[in-house]
Formats: sequence, C-alpha cells, structure tokens
Amino acid sequence: MAWREDWRRVRAIARKDLTTELRGKAGFNAVVSLGVTILVLLGLALGPDAEALRNAAVGAVWLATLFSAVLAFNRSFQVELESGALESLLQYPGPRWTIYAGKLLGNLIFVTLMVVIVVAVGVVLFGVRIPDTWPTLIGILALGIAGLVVLGTFYASMASRSRAREVLLPLLLFPMLVPLLLAAATASKALLGADLMHEASAWIRLLVAYDLVFLIATFLVFEHVIEA
Amino acid sequence: MPASTPSNDPGPAPPPRTSLWLGLVSVSALVAAQTHAILTSPPDADMGHLQKIMYVHVPAAWMTFISFFVVLVFSVRYLWRRRENDDLLAASAAEVGATFNGLTLMLGMIWGRPAWGVWWAWDARLTSTLVLFLIFVGYLALRAFVDDTDQRARWSAAVGVIGAINVPIVYMSVTWWRTLHQPPSSPATLDAAYTLGLRLNAIALLLVLIYFIRKRYEIARLERATEHAAEAVAMGGS
Amino acid sequence: MLTGRPEPAIVVNALGRRFGARWVLRGVSLEVRGGEVVGLLGPNGSGKSTVLRIVATLLKPSAGTASVNGLDVKRDSSGVRGQVGYLAHTPGLYDDLTARENLLFAADMLGLPRSSADGILERVGLGHVAGDRVRGFSAGMQRRLAFARLTLRNPKVLLLDEPYANLDADGVELMNSMITDVVRGGGAALVALHELAPAKAVLHHNLRLADGRIETPAASRAGHAPTARNSEVG
Repeated sequence: MAWREDWRRVRAIARKDLTTELRGKAGFNAVVSLGVTILVLLGLALGPDAEALRNAAVGAVWLATLFSAVLAFNRSFQVELESGALESLLQYPGPRWTIYAGKLLGNLIFVTLMVVIVVAVGVVLFGVRIPDTWPTLIGILALGIAGLVVLGTFYASMASRSRAREVLLPLLLFPMLVPLLLAAATASKALLGADLMHEASAWIRLLVAYDLVFLIATFLVFEHVIEA
Repeated sequence: MPASTPSNDPGPAPPPRTSLWLGLVSVSALVAAQTHAILTSPPDADMGHLQKIMYVHVPAAWMTFISFFVVLVFSVRYLWRRRENDDLLAASAAEVGATFNGLTLMLGMIWGRPAWGVWWAWDARLTSTLVLFLIFVGYLALRAFVDDTDQRARWSAAVGVIGAINVPIVYMSVTWWRTLHQPPSSPATLDAAYTLGLRLNAIALLLVLIYFIRKRYEIARLERATEHAAEAVAMGGS
Repeated sequence: MLTGRPEPAIVVNALGRRFGARWVLRGVSLEVRGGEVVGLLGPNGSGKSTVLRIVATLLKPSAGTASVNGLDVKRDSSGVRGQVGYLAHTPGLYDDLTARENLLFAADMLGLPRSSADGILERVGLGHVAGDRVRGFSAGMQRRLAFARLTLRNPKVLLLDEPYANLDADGVELMNSMITDVVRGGGAALVALHELAPAKAVLHHNLRLADGRIETPAASRAGHAPTARNSEVG
C-alpha cells in the first residue's frame, strides 16, 4: 500500500502549491501579465506588418511562455524558502521523489493554465489563422509544456536556493530547452502553414522522446539535489 | 548504496603531480602535427588555404565532446560514491571543455567569414556547438553561485549528468532543423588527403587536453588540501 | 541520571561543521539519554541551531558523527527522521494556508488520518482560528501551530530550537507540558535556548556552547555553578 501513501503525498504537495499560488491570485495574475506584456512587446518590435507577425507568432508565443514560466518555477520553490518550510518538508518520512512529483504536478497545472491564456492572446495579437489540424497543435503544445515543466522544476529546485536565482534559472534552463523549442516551434509552424504533415510527426516523436528521457533522468537524480 | 562523504575521505592523499614532461610532449606533438598538416596538405578546391583551419577547429570540437563525456562520467561517479575528487575532476574537465568549446566557435566563425561571407549563418554544427557552450557556462555559473562545497558538488553532478545527456539530442535537433529547409552548408566530409593530418592533430590535441585537465585538477586538489588543513587546525583546538 | 537504558537517545561525537571557510562547530560532543531534557545554551551564532539541524538530518556533518537511538544521521537519515521531531527557529508554515490546512497537509505527508489534525488545534489553543490564514498569526501563534504539527508525528526525540521565543505564560506552560508528555513516554529532548528561565521547570541539565565547542561537561546539573573548562576534542 506504500504507493497509495506516496500518491497521497504527491497530491498533497500539488494541492498545497496550487492553493498557495492561486489563493494569492496576485501570483498567477502577475505571471500571466508578464506573458502578455512580452507578447505585446514582441508584437511592437516585430510588426506591424501582418504577414511578418503571422510568421513570428509561434516563436513569440513560445518566448513569452518560457520567460513567464521561469517566474512560475522560481515561485514554486520560493514558497518553501520563505518561512523555512523546505526544512519541514524534508523532515517528513517517505521517498524524496514524491516531493519532486508533487512539485511537477503543481507546476504542470499552473503553467498549463498560464499557457492557455498566453496562447489565446498570442493568436489574437499575431493574427494566427487556426488550421484544421488544431488538435495536433494542442498536442504539440502539451508535449512542449510537459518538457518545460520537467526541466524547469528540476533546475528551479537548485537555482531558487542559490545566490543568483533570477539569472541562474534561465541560464541553466534555456540552453537545455533548445531541442524542445526547435521541435515545438518547427512542428507548429509546419502545421500552421498546412505544410507536409509528416514533417511535424517526426518532430512530435522527438518531443515525446525528449520528455521521457528527461522525466526519467531528473527523477533519478532529484534526491541528490533536494537535500539541504 | 553506502555513500562515503567528503568528510570521511582519507583526505590527505597527495594531489597528483602533473608531469612537466607531459606538457612538453603534448605541445611539441601539437606543433609537429600542425606543421606537418600545414605544409603537406594540398589547398582545397573551394577554400584554398583557409581549409587548414580545420586542423585545429575539428579536433577542438572533438575535444569538446570528450570533455563533456568526462564530465558525465565523473558526475555519475560522484553521485554514486560521493568522493570529492570526482567532483573536482568533473569541474576541471568542464572548465577545460568550455575553453575548447570557445576555441571551436571562434575558429568556426573565422573560417565562416571568408567561406560564407558572414560571421554567422546558423550552420547546424556551429549552432549546436554554441548551445553546448551555453550548457557548459550554465554548469560553471552554478558552481560559482553555490558556496557550500557538498551542495555544490551534488548540484554540479546532477546538472552535469542532465546536461551531458542533452548533447546528442541538441545535435540531432539542430541538424534536423537545418536540413529540412536547406542543404548543409559546411562540408560534412573531408577528402581522404586530409584525414591523416586530422588524425595526427587530434591525437596531439588530445594530449594537450589531458595535460590541461590534469593540471587544472591538480590545482583544484591543492586548494582542497589547503581547506582540509584549515579544518584540522580549526578542529584540533587552538 | 537514569540508568538501564542501553542506548542514549542522542549521541554526538566530535561534531564539526563548516560553512564556507568558517567553522561553526569545532568538536561538539554530547549525550542525551531517554527520559532527559537537556538544554543547549549559548549566545547567538554559537552554533546551537546547527547542532540541532545536524541531528535532525537537515545538514550533514563536516566532521564527527551524530546518531539518534542508534541510527546514524548520515547512513540512516530516513530512519532518524522517523524518530525525531524538529522545531525550527522559523516556523516553516505555509502563510497562505489556514492553520487547519497546514495540519492537514502534515497529516497527508505523515500518512495519518486527517481527523488527527482537528483535536490538536484545540489542544494548543488555536481552535478558534483554525480557518484563518497563517499569514495573520502572531509569532507566538505560529510557534504553537508549529508545535502542534510536531506532535502529530509522535516523536521519540524532540529537537527544539528556541521554542519559547514569542510565547506568553500560557504558551510556555503548554510547551512545557508537551515536552513532559514526550519525555514521560521515554523520549528525550534537546532544547536550544539563550536563557534558562522558561525551561527551568523541565530541564534536567544544560550544556553551554561557545566558540564551537561544549563548555560545560555533560555531567553537571542545572543550578549547580559549573567550573568552565574546554572539553577534550577528538
């Protein structure tokens, strides 16, 4: 029955993280607002030509997502550091991976909610024409979010406790996300351009492999990282 | 598995002495290999004598990969055995690897300017190498911003493992990204006439790499030995 | 001194800990037996918290060893965590959750039934604010909540860091009664303090930490003016 207790812990941590973030409302609003602001700035910097904006849409949405997600990841560990809650968290019995899984689940939900809004705003601002293949586009988005949350949570568990969390998290995370960004952006652009479907599917397979590889690898390594 | 912590290490094994002999041999080998290659290789059909930059650029790229591999191996070893020396070696390899990485990039750009007409063309290999450089930088930045030695070692090892895993994935994805829309712009294969020179230079540069990493590791061990000595003083009562 | 117990509850031997270049602990040795409450006194920055945190497995020793009921803090850290209840200087609560939610979270993490959380709040005098967010609590109320959370785990060994800070007379009495409960059951407590007064009722004896080492030999009794001498360092 141990897995049931573990699953209970995972849910408890995710629930706690989400309650804390969403109850404050300020946190979620700030993160989403940042995403939207970045979209606006990109639109101003790259536009106003409609064609140019349409071509830049995928990249712009992903950049806005990346930069706002970094905020979300740091915040998810900051709540533990503020009143020394991390120490209490580490005192509970049970395997450490439940802490990681709980944080992942919480961040996944949080970032997904954020991305929904950012994408909606991006579609409007950048004049994206929704193709018939939009379910696949959502699938690509989901896979991209999954990889982003896995690596973001992993690196934030260290960066947020270091001396330079604001710069260290993006510095560690962004180069690692290059394959994910390339895959998600290229596949999305292909689908938006009603282009060769088989091109997108190769990238989707890469995304799936990438997500699995890093999900497993970070799980294996996390216990070394979470100790004080 | 039982992990031995740094404080249980029989600390004062003397730090390795990197033999000057190795340094001299490696540098001489490099000079010899470079001279041989420059003098004996025929000019390329397209690039002319510019091609000769390959004799440093390509081996430097190979050394970058080898460094990443060393970082991976010793990061895994550190997580397995928690022996501080493994962390120091991984960090030394990362520093030296980052240097070779930077060298690869510089030479790639220097080659690219006359060959392509621009300093940067988002070529698959150079772009991948740039991303790898950023991964190295991230690793070194993490070490710079964490003060506790145990935590720094654990975190570096974790980041080293995860980062190294990404190396082939980065290469694959960037290459796909380029080949889908354009033919590769840098010569993927070199004529057989150049292979010997390339191999000789690779071996010579490997010797240089080993020398640099050992030297850097020796310095790191000396620093730690000093800290251990301070520990003995602090604990022994004054 | 109690006799007949095979293993002292807490054993610390030549413990050393450094942060960067600074050695905070330089050879601390002490023992706490079952049924004892031992105070650890010392000025700010003397390393009292560090000793507690090492025994609580939150920090690793840089040198020396520590064990709880025979379990080594490095090798059997999860076993040690199952035995100890650590009350930190900072409460470690989630400000945006209510008092009740904080305890329910603890119950979830401990694998206890959620009902165990309710009674505890009444006991520590926080029943009337169960549904209020911790952010609005005074420091004393937060400490009571933290202690309530601690007792959920039924610890055999208490590690308390300045537990009386910010408590009023009622709070002090509550804290002492809870310490006594644990100790009566055969448990032990190591309490970091910077003044003796509130703990006099429960302390069996105390140690003084200065310059990274124990000043007073463990065998002295509270109230008995000890001759200060440096303990031998291993």
